[in-house]
Amino acid sequence: MNRGMGWSLIRFWTFLVYIFMFLPVAVVVLLSFNASEFGAFPMSGLSFRWFVELARNEAILRAFQTSMILGALTALISTTIGVLASLALIRYKVPGQNLISTILIAPILVPEVVLAVALLLFLNALSINKSFALLLAGHVIFTLPFVILVVQARLVSIRRDVEEAAMSLGASPIQTFFSITLPLLLPAVLAGGLFAFTISFDDITGTLFWKPGGVETVPTQIFAMLRNSISPEINALGTVMIALTVGLPLLGLAIARRMSANSGG
Amino acid sequence: MTGPRGKAGTTLPLRKARDLSTVKLTDIEKRFGDYVAVHRMSLEMPEGGFVTLLGPSGCGKTTTLRMIAGLLDPTAGEIQIDGKRVNDVPIHKRNLGLVFQNYALFPHKTVADNIAFGLKYRGVGKSETAQKVKDALELVQLPHVAERYPRELSGGQQQRIALARSIVIEPDVLLLDEPLSALDANLREDMRVELKRIQERIGVTTVFVTHDQSEALAMSDQIVVMSAGRVEQMGAPQDVYNTPGSEFVARFLGASNIVEARCTARDETSIVLEAPDLGRIVIPADRGPQVNGTGPVKLVLRAEKLALSEDKPSDGVISHSARVETVDYQGQAARYFIRLGELQLQAINMIDTHPHGEGSEVSASFRPSDCTVLPA
Ligand SMILES: Nc1ncnc2c1ncn2[C@@H]1O[C@H](COP(=O)(O)OP(=O)(O)O)[C@@H](O)[C@H]1O
Ligand SMILES: [Mg+2]
Repeated sequence: MNRGMGWSLIRFWTFLVYIFMFLPVAVVVLLSFNASEFGAFPMSGLSFRWFVELARNEAILRAFQTSMILGALTALISTTIGVLASLALIRYKVPGQNLISTILIAPILVPEVVLAVALLLFLNALSINKSFALLLAGHVIFTLPFVILVVQARLVSIRRDVEEAAMSLGASPIQTFFSITLPLLLPAVLAGGLFAFTISFDDITGTLFWKPGGVETVPTQIFAMLRNSISPEINALGTVMIALTVGLPLLGLAIARRMSANSGG
Repeated sequence: MTGPRGKAGTTLPLRKARDLSTVKLTDIEKRFGDYVAVHRMSLEMPEGGFVTLLGPSGCGKTTTLRMIAGLLDPTAGEIQIDGKRVNDVPIHKRNLGLVFQNYALFPHKTVADNIAFGLKYRGVGKSETAQKVKDALELVQLPHVAERYPRELSGGQQQRIALARSIVIEPDVLLLDEPLSALDANLREDMRVELKRIQERIGVTTVFVTHDQSEALAMSDQIVVMSAGRVEQMGAPQDVYNTPGSEFVARFLGASNIVEARCTARDETSIVLEAPDLGRIVIPADRGPQVNGTGPVKLVLRAEKLALSEDKPSDGVISHSARVETVDYQGQAARYFIRLGELQLQAINMIDTHPHGEGSEVSASFRPSDCTVLPA
């Protein structure tokens, strides 16, 4: 087999893999605009009726609201803790630094199911009931590593002498943080926050374990609806989810890139 | 715009119009774990003076400067600015100007906002701030860059802005850590003159850190030569250069010949040496203040004080015939490596028309009063 042939085969396989991955997504998006009652081909016409239905469905609206609040709070708490943890780990000598760093990053490496069960068992042992706060805590633990990785990467590129210059000019450490460090860190903070939001919005495994009865997020709602039937509404909901979870990080990256260009790196 | 403007047309107070501060270090020491970066150092820096900490990399210059700045706590000893102990005063309350090797401008702020930064914390009003920023930009000869961002400026321009930012707050002391080291060689010499001009104009007490002896010699009122965390010598540039207080200083500053010799006699006025190949030399006593008895000593002779010539030497000099082994031609001057008996010496001489050729026989002469005698 010659080289040209080998490369053609690799290209062909790559192409197939991508088709395999993206075709179902494309089908969902396409079918969400289908006018017919049945979520299947052939499409009988182009329509937004499933999106309208979606907007009328109380359960879905409630789930959507829960997901938005959960995502926003997760992003807020995760970025706050993430920034503080990164500062402590990079700017100050904290005893047991490596251990803390490893523990904070570990949730990325542990399979999500394991993490979910572990947290649940831990709380059972403490006889704490499931609640929205617990769900939120789970999402924070789960998204924190991403925020820390993004923020730390940016923090090491902010020169210490810039902060020292600010202090020499009369800014207290806290004023220095808010007038120098945080603005320079902002692209990473925003990117980290958007990641956290997206991951939280998208999460199903952990959420299924942690959510209290009666509370549904968008993914768990879809999951519940799928047990009954495949309604075209789900296709529409899927399309909204795809738009959000793909669009937000892209938006975040664009903003971050723009801002770091402005602040000169 | 009207405001409190001095004769020179600037809101920045000039040398005569301000209180000048002193810096005093008493027995300060800095340890990092077991490693002693600065050993019990005591120094007094005069008000309005330009003091340079000079020494090879790693000798503790930055550590000393950072202790004065309040960025490091001394392990022991006392730091005074203007007679007041500042050990427990945090950096943002010390009212210092700090300039770093890498400029450390705020990348997300314009030049004007960079310079105005410190004024914000001093309750300076809006129009006064604008005027001070303008004056500071004029002082560093960059009046047109106010609205630019640091990344749009060259290295030399950025360093001028950093300087403007640190002096606009009228600091008690200006601290500079290798501020010229990141610049190109040509620019570095221009900036050296510029920096000195500005410092003289505003008269702020300045501590300058460098490993570059020519910067130190050109700019300083006082040079503090440091080695391995200790002060080797302190004095005016000419004194430190002409009368090195230790072998380290003699070797670190300029090019020196150091010859092992014996002191055979010493009295109020002179030191008598016996050196191999150079014979008996009688040196004025003030050239060897640290030598108090007879015995082994070191004779230091600067390379440019050793004159090579093809003619007979004049009176009052010691002269020996020598042979040129290597010539390092430098344009207006040349550095010669010569052999004088068993000794290998170097001489740096101005060139009249042609340098002495390699292998040529010359007479090498020096005045005893140009020598320095150090204890062995
Ligand atoms: N934070 C630190 N921890 C440990 N050692 C340090 C620290 N800062 C400086 N040193 C050591 O102290 C010595 C003096 O450093 P420094 O003052 O930076 O030297 P210089 O500025 O003269 O080049 C060096 O050997 C350096 O390795
Ligand atoms: Mg240094």
